[in-house]
Amino acid sequence: MIVAEAKPVSEILAMVKDVKKVLVLGCKGCVTVCNVGGAKEAGILASALRIASRKQGTSIEVAEHTLERQCDPEYIEEVKNIVPDYGAVVSIACGVGPQFLSERYPNVRIFPGVNTKFMGGAVAHGIWSERCAGCGTCVIHYFGGLCPIARCSKSLMNGPCGGSSHGKCEISKDVDCIWDMIVRKAMEQGRLEELLEFRPPKSWATARDGGPRQMIREELVK
Amino acid sequence: MSDYKAGSNLEKVLKAGHFAFTGECGPPQGANIEKLKEKASHLKGCVDAVNITDNQTAVVRMSSWAASLTVQQEGLEPNFQMVCRDRNRLAIQSDVLGVYSHGIRNMLCLSGDHQRFGNHPEAKNVFDIDSIQLIKTVKVMRDEGKFMNGQDIDVPPRLFIGAASNPFAEPYDFRAYRLAKKVAAGADFIQTQCIYNMERFREFMKRVVDMGLHEKCFILAGVTPMKSVGMAQYMAKQVPGMDVPESLIKRLRGAPKGKVADEGIKFAVEQIQEFKEMKGIAGVHLMAIEWEHKVREIAELAGMLPRPTV
Repeated sequence: MIVAEAKPVSEILAMVKDVKKVLVLGCKGCVTVCNVGGAKEAGILASALRIASRKQGTSIEVAEHTLERQCDPEYIEEVKNIVPDYGAVVSIACGVGPQFLSERYPNVRIFPGVNTKFMGGAVAHGIWSERCAGCGTCVIHYFGGLCPIARCSKSLMNGPCGGSSHGKCEISKDVDCIWDMIVRKAMEQGRLEELLEFRPPKSWATARDGGPRQMIREELVK
Repeated sequence: MSDYKAGSNLEKVLKAGHFAFTGECGPPQGANIEKLKEKASHLKGCVDAVNITDNQTAVVRMSSWAASLTVQQEGLEPNFQMVCRDRNRLAIQSDVLGVYSHGIRNMLCLSGDHQRFGNHPEAKNVFDIDSIQLIKTVKVMRDEGKFMNGQDIDVPPRLFIGAASNPFAEPYDFRAYRLAKKVAAGADFIQTQCIYNMERFREFMKRVVDMGLHEKCFILAGVTPMKSVGMAQYMAKQVPGMDVPESLIKRLRGAPKGKVADEGIKFAVEQIQEFKEMKGIAGVHLMAIEWEHKVREIAELAGMLPRPTV
């Protein structure tokens, strides 16, 4: 899923300071699963904004609503009769949501209520971890099903570097060295020779480096 | 036509069978070229080549190619270091052509410390290719006269290709294999991480020799003299992939007041003596960090002077 974290209320408050009516818009997709942008969180943020605005002597009217998904024009369309009533929308979907809203409702100010972090999952309750860098050409089968592009700090294809220590990355004791895992797994499975092979430079043309990406599946295009 | 790959002094010294001795010089954090020249002057006549570090520890300094040229003008042979952290494949290849065209003949290929350590932790990193891919890139440029895209190079750069090896990083069992990958990719010489745990290094070298890697490349053992107990403790605890045994810290602690640095030098000299005899070791790489003025003393004590002319 796409993992996000809430922006501080003070930051959001600063964004909407000149607006009289604000709609907090949640999303039932990934951000609901990572407890940051669903219906529950939309309600919490709306209350927090109301309280904070009252405290600072402004009276912003805040409403909340949650869509099935904000990465789909069909659902974005659902709020066409609500959105124009508000001066601003604070989307607490991932970065896709506020942009779909901005494109569909060009006359309404759209603000991001979360920081979109990465593609990953929950490794324990309350702990999320990155797994995919979306490079556009998956290569994890060369590395025992583990991704050095997303999970090695230097995206080494021929790791591990000299900074691997006690299974941790040189950048922080809180970051696992994925190459340590890759090597140990290969050794345990008797597949070490696969790692001895030179892995050539990757083409980043399919990653964000190749420019903003688009995917077209002709058979689905009407 | 010589059978040298690049014809650098370092290559000649090693191929003539001499025990090589290389030094290191960090460019200034500014355009203070006089300071760089002063540092380099201490190494003149003491080493076969001097590594010019490339924004080491991710701290901005004068560019390694510019400092390499200065050091070369001062009569020393640079070993130009390049990290993959700060350049994509276009910049890498163009810098390789640039340094070669100005007479640089040695290059050390590194991935580079992550910028989180340095003085610009908010920087975007590159890591378009890794150190092993860099080795291969420079080899293909030299031996096949081709860019990474397969296009022909108009006058290929001929560099003596170096790489680093850290025998003390984990997983230990993979370290000799990773060295083998660097050799297979085209490394002509290896400079190791600073060695303090001699026992573990002996084990590592036994593996390297058993794999026959010492016959395919020249291995220079890394030595950094300890200046103080504090430095030893810092390296033991704070520097990832560094193995400083407690016995060494104890030995430094046991030195008389004001004599800790001398004890550190004594240990370094003992190491060099052992490396001279150690199977598979072709030389020593002395990284006297901000201690360039001590290099001559260490070289003399270790019997490394005068340096051979080939």
